[in-house]
Amino acid sequence: MPVSLTSSKVIYEGLKECDIRLVSALPETWLVHLIRMTDEDPEMILVRLAKEEEGVGVSAGAHFAGVKSAMLMQNHGFLASINGIVSFAHLYKIPLLMLISYRGSLGERDPWQTQGGNVTEPVLRALRIPYFFLDAPETAKKCIRQAQTLAESSMQPVALLLTRDLMWEE
Amino acid sequence: MLRLDCLRSIYSELERCLVITIMGAVAAELQSLGHRPNFFYLQHAMGLASSTGLGLALCLPDQKVIVFDGDGSLLMNLGGLSTMARYRPKNLVHVVFDNESLLSVGGFPTATGTGTDLDGIARAAGVPSVSTVRSVESFTKVVKDAIHGNELTTIIAKVEAKGPSGFVTDLALLENRFQFRRHIQSLKRT
Repeated sequence: MPVSLTSSKVIYEGLKECDIRLVSALPETWLVHLIRMTDEDPEMILVRLAKEEEGVGVSAGAHFAGVKSAMLMQNHGFLASINGIVSFAHLYKIPLLMLISYRGSLGERDPWQTQGGNVTEPVLRALRIPYFFLDAPETAKKCIRQAQTLAESSMQPVALLLTRDLMWEE
Repeated sequence: MLRLDCLRSIYSELERCLVITIMGAVAAELQSLGHRPNFFYLQHAMGLASSTGLGLALCLPDQKVIVFDGDGSLLMNLGGLSTMARYRPKNLVHVVFDNESLLSVGGFPTATGTGTDLDGIARAAGVPSVSTVRSVESFTKVVKDAIHGNELTTIIAKVEAKGPSGFVTDLALLENRFQFRRHIQSLKRT
């Protein structure tokens, strides 16, 4: 599978270095290695969701418990989470670190991903969610650390868009 | 059976739990009995109270977590029921007040009023202990047993579609949220 194992490892190490101890996830092709690494790590709680919006509640619970968490999802999962983000994370000032695979953008071959690709950034902007691109292994760890710091200090969701350049090897 | 009577009957048991409620009547009625720093009222985001309880219970296995859910909220997040059942934290008690309606917005009937069986859904999702209660006496007993027990329990409490006249209280959402988290952090230090 051409999902980048190298980049997935770097991202996972970045999460661990931020002291992330709970990850919620819904499988998507680009995230398979990350989910497997989380599952195999005894220090990490992996919550496999039925729908991504649940992850907002799970992360809020973790925040109340004093545990740092991250959400792994596809951009369509982000779109499916919007009410949870607005009427929980924003309303109650809950920090969320959202790692979102940016499907439907440059180089996308799956027709069904393309509409979501069109609207991901406009929706993030409409929701005033700060977002940044995770597009190179060299800068990924620093970017994750800084996004986590910003989510905690601003007490709001922060999104990292995982790009094809980072996640896919052809 | 009135929800308020149910809440009153177990109010003293809640002192040692972390309590999460849904919005509307449940939140207003629990507050009317007396707010405590270990109560969090999720005043929106319908469906996510149970997911919040799951996250809390998984992160704090030594704390008993109790969620007061409703039929309308649970029907919005049936997938979350399967996630709860998948991890089945032993310290999580999930109470569903089923009044077969969306009371807060005018009492429109939910699907439990036309035959949808939340007890059956919870069992089929894999929740290890599920019961339905129709009297305050049974409610008190099963909730106490679940709080003192050691497995994920879902309790469907069939209640009348009656509630308070208003739902806004003088507890600000953010005040509640910060107080709740601070309370939990203070527990960890003791």
